[in-house]
Amino acid sequence: MNWGIIGENLPLYAEGAKLTLFLAFGALLISFPLAVSLAFVRNSKVRALRYAVTIYTLVFRGTPLLVQLFLIYFGLAQFGLIRTSILWPWLSSPIVCVLIAYVLNTTAYSTEIFAGGLRHIPVGEIEAARAYGLSHWAQARRILIPAMLTRSLPLYGNEMIMVLQATSLASTVTLLEITGVARRITLDYYIQFEPYVTAAAIYLTITLVLVTIFHFVQRRWAGYLDPRSS
Amino acid sequence: MTFDFTLTILAAGSLTLLLALSSLVVATIIGLATAFAKLSDSRALRSAAGIYTFVIRGIPDLVIMLLVYYSLPALLNQWADAVGWDTHIEFPPIIAAIATLGLIFGAYMTETFRTALLNIPKGQIEAAVAYGLTRPRILVAIIIPQLIRLALPGFTNNWLVLAKATALASLIGLQDVMFRARVAAEATSKPFTFFLVAAAFYFLVTLISFAFLTVVARRYEIGIRELAS
Repeated sequence: MNWGIIGENLPLYAEGAKLTLFLAFGALLISFPLAVSLAFVRNSKVRALRYAVTIYTLVFRGTPLLVQLFLIYFGLAQFGLIRTSILWPWLSSPIVCVLIAYVLNTTAYSTEIFAGGLRHIPVGEIEAARAYGLSHWAQARRILIPAMLTRSLPLYGNEMIMVLQATSLASTVTLLEITGVARRITLDYYIQFEPYVTAAAIYLTITLVLVTIFHFVQRRWAGYLDPRSS
Repeated sequence: MTFDFTLTILAAGSLTLLLALSSLVVATIIGLATAFAKLSDSRALRSAAGIYTFVIRGIPDLVIMLLVYYSLPALLNQWADAVGWDTHIEFPPIIAAIATLGLIFGAYMTETFRTALLNIPKGQIEAAVAYGLTRPRILVAIIIPQLIRLALPGFTNNWLVLAKATALASLIGLQDVMFRARVAAEATSKPFTFFLVAAAFYFLVTLISFAFLTVVARRYEIGIRELAS
């Protein structure tokens, strides 16, 4: 066994973990406000708007994230117009491409999760808000968004973990996040076992920490939705 | 040229579907076995099943695939060396991919089947026992038909995710749709076109599966009355 090599390279793994967390939380942070707004559009009374969002979520949930990532990272170079535009330095950077792909992908999933939460808010809560004469904006801010988010917590927690794990795909576009670091060590030292096992252990630990936080958040803010214990 | 490459990409569709369907069979078997293990009286079985689902769900799919394809043979070869066997173990990509996806989606299927099993009213089983039905008969006549209906939405969902996850197998060298798209993208200067062809393939699989499973779901819901709300 070659655990010594892993020990020497722990700083690399630490750098990788930082990049993994940056990609995951960066994508989630950008996607969150988009998904909350699109959830309302997804349930809008205007049919054209509703359909547009439905098609967007359908396409991004119906194709592999790996394909989406490659379309953006390798695909965009096909168009001369993009290559010569002032945006190109950004669009040719793997980090930016990964963030764009993940934001588009997770926004599609989160929109559906939030839109589902919105549909399950009891009508009475909305009627009560209207009866109190709350404006549309106040209704959304004080009643709908909080109720929607608490109802979506378990599913959104899952989605966050999915995004965290999906960051491992970034290794395919040269990024040295946790999986990329593991891959690099296998190539540099010709060992196949220890690097990937270490990567798996790091992901498992991060997931465990996140799941524990979700349990706490869930109990604290969505506890009132639990079935009453008799 | 573009047309020829498109054809080679789509021709690999059969391999992608073979991989997806074989993995689905493996995942269903693992999922059923683990679901029964989770609901069993034996504490050892219950915790083994719990550890399995937690570990699988806590590690990215790609890393599990790399572990199965690279790390597992490396470990086996080390052991073989240690006991003095002169062999070199290596898995073909398709086998490694089926094993990986089977393991991963077995964990997701476990949750689907476990919830479905819990939703079959206990009284029905008790009634069957009271009528003197044998255990295999209870399983075939009472549990399985309802399990199909109750598990179908989750099953559909898992299948849709699984069909897309097969694209990962291209990263360990399986010549599936994604792999061919990559070859075409590198050979020509049209990466967008060919990755779009691959995307269209996966999207079509999603749409067809969805339509098909909706029909199946309707078939199994015959005779079920929902409470009028």
